[in-house]
Amino acid sequence: MAEMSGAEAFVKALKREGVETLFGVPGGAIIPICDALYDADIRFVLARHEQGAAHMADGYARASGGVGVCLATSGPGATNLVTGIATANIDSSPVVAFTGQVPTSMIGADAFQEVDIIGVTASIMKYNIQVRRAGEIPHAVKAAFYIASTGRRGVVLVDLPKDAQTGVEEMEFPEHIEFKGYSPNVEPNPRELDRAATLLAKAEKPIILAGGGVVASDACGELLKLAELLMAPVATTLMGKGAIPSGHPLHIGMCGMHGTWEANHLVSEADILLAVGSRFSDRTTGRVEEFTEARIIHIDIDPSEFDKNVEASLRVRGDAKLALRGIIERLRQISRRGREGWMRRLEELREQRRIEEEERGEGVKPPDLMKTLRRLLPKESIVTTEVGQCQMWAALHFDVYAPRTFLSSGGLGTMGWGFPAAIGAKAAKPQVPVVDIAGDGSFGMTENNLATAVEEGLPVIVIILNNRVLGMVAQWQRLFYGRRYFGVHLGSSPDFVRLAEAYGAVGVRPGSLEEFEEAVRMGIESEVATVIDVPIDPEENVFPMVPPGRGLREILVED
Amino acid sequence: MAPLSTIAFIVENRPGVLFKVSNMFRRRGYNIESISVGPLMDRSLARMTVTVEADRRALRNLIEQLRGMVEVVRVKPLDPRRTVVREMALVKLNTSDPMAREEALRLVNSHHGLILDIDEDYIVAEITGSPGEIDSFLQEAEPIGIVELSRTGATALEKGELKL
Repeated sequence: MAEMSGAEAFVKALKREGVETLFGVPGGAIIPICDALYDADIRFVLARHEQGAAHMADGYARASGGVGVCLATSGPGATNLVTGIATANIDSSPVVAFTGQVPTSMIGADAFQEVDIIGVTASIMKYNIQVRRAGEIPHAVKAAFYIASTGRRGVVLVDLPKDAQTGVEEMEFPEHIEFKGYSPNVEPNPRELDRAATLLAKAEKPIILAGGGVVASDACGELLKLAELLMAPVATTLMGKGAIPSGHPLHIGMCGMHGTWEANHLVSEADILLAVGSRFSDRTTGRVEEFTEARIIHIDIDPSEFDKNVEASLRVRGDAKLALRGIIERLRQISRRGREGWMRRLEELREQRRIEEEERGEGVKPPDLMKTLRRLLPKESIVTTEVGQCQMWAALHFDVYAPRTFLSSGGLGTMGWGFPAAIGAKAAKPQVPVVDIAGDGSFGMTENNLATAVEEGLPVIVIILNNRVLGMVAQWQRLFYGRRYFGVHLGSSPDFVRLAEAYGAVGVRPGSLEEFEEAVRMGIESEVATVIDVPIDPEENVFPMVPPGRGLREILVED
Repeated sequence: MAPLSTIAFIVENRPGVLFKVSNMFRRRGYNIESISVGPLMDRSLARMTVTVEADRRALRNLIEQLRGMVEVVRVKPLDPRRTVVREMALVKLNTSDPMAREEALRLVNSHHGLILDIDEDYIVAEITGSPGEIDSFLQEAEPIGIVELSRTGATALEKGELKL
């Protein structure tokens, strides 16, 4: 055991967790830790706002599969993290957030920059703790990484009062850690797997709904194997995009409010629906009473998802990879029925969709931009999205071939997430192109992180589908509120090309699909961040769309 | 109103845990009817008993939400047929009127209650029983004049060899 300060112990504990990159903004209540980081071999990425730092950590985690770490000071620094924390947690992204806090003697006194961040964040994260003295820091850091990265992953916040950072104590660094109330290793129950296999083997019209849990548990190989074994089409949620490669014959795309024609119909028509690592968000199910006729088998690592939104016939608690593996082993011993009728139905629906697509009008349309972008980007490139129309165009029309290459704020739908998340992803994977598919509204919310991208040498590409309008809100107002547009028109400010240039990034405004191609090629090669500002028609809608509160088959495909 | 269910669970006995547990109930939209807490023999742990409005499906999900909390060590919904449930109430009655006083003493006696304090105008009684028994005592005491009331909330143990 060695005597050291809490701040030194903090840095040592981070090193023991293998932390290489920290995203953050310093401040008064976290300076002792900054001082200890001065000598540490840990990259510090200075965000321009703590929300950006939290999103960067989140993007880093989603791209790498590891834990993302962010750091902020007390008070406003901590509250600025809140949106980032909630965004990461609802999408089960493993992020550890550290906040400075006023000295313990002043807690509760409404001291300068004091905020009760434990209370503020309690309902938007997996776990949080406030350290009370220096000697608790090694244990708290260990606990934070352990809880964030195991079981259903999520966000852990550790609040660090200043005197705990400066206090000097004998420090003990635990190798392992245990909580009486936390046992994340979940082997699925063999009897439940037997029953799941039996149900699936008897199914005539099986379908798989792959959620973010498939990606989180690295179960994409098993998913594909099971789908092929069953001849079951695979629909994904937004978070599950990438769990099965686009273009695979059984891949039917996303199901839900902006689900594909075939995914929404097949989910409704199936007789057995195997949901893997999905929480049945209302954006996925549509009107929940009309979601599906199927009996549902629900695999989830977090049993609190069972019965929350949709009642399943069979619940399998466990890690998706282990559960799928167990089902595959059992299915090998069971004879399967032919699926010709079911596959014919799939083809029929696909054909109908192709007809819809051919009817698309003239001009540079977002779907064409997505397809062009896909053609230009290497397969391993990472795409993040902002939220709204741009997100749904990307989800529908940008093909993805591997997990962790399409990152989006699913649960919280946080505008402004995609850009800082792209910066975080680029920090994790500097060798691959990273592109944020943005709208002008979303990008405006966190554009100040251009400074970080430029200063830190993280050359991401931002593609703004620029319609000068908060497009998805405008779409709802157009379709469901008689075109009574309210509060959605953004006007002509800013000029994103000149904005990019002001930050020292590259700005381009392509006027055609050819110029767009040229801009993307340039962005891929560029050593600084590139903003590609593509003007699009403000009247453009994202289709297909299921109106809010309707069943999945009530699909609108035109205005 | 959904039926009332009683859940017992063991939590880490640390500052902030009661807040987190009750915050979860609030966050998920469960209405707490009563809650009682106290440490176990191992004082690093505490036992909570919560009575909550929840139908079958909501109750099942609530149990899993509790199990999912790092601070919660064990959870069990209690089967009312195999559980003893008790609650205590302290009741202050206005007994300045001799008739009222006589009636109050008779009532407390008939509910096996205790008189904890008595002066010229008031008595403080302790009533212990199932929440239903306490309700019926209060109903009968109301005409006498309840000045102040403090209920502990239900606490419960399973019968026989059953154990949380």
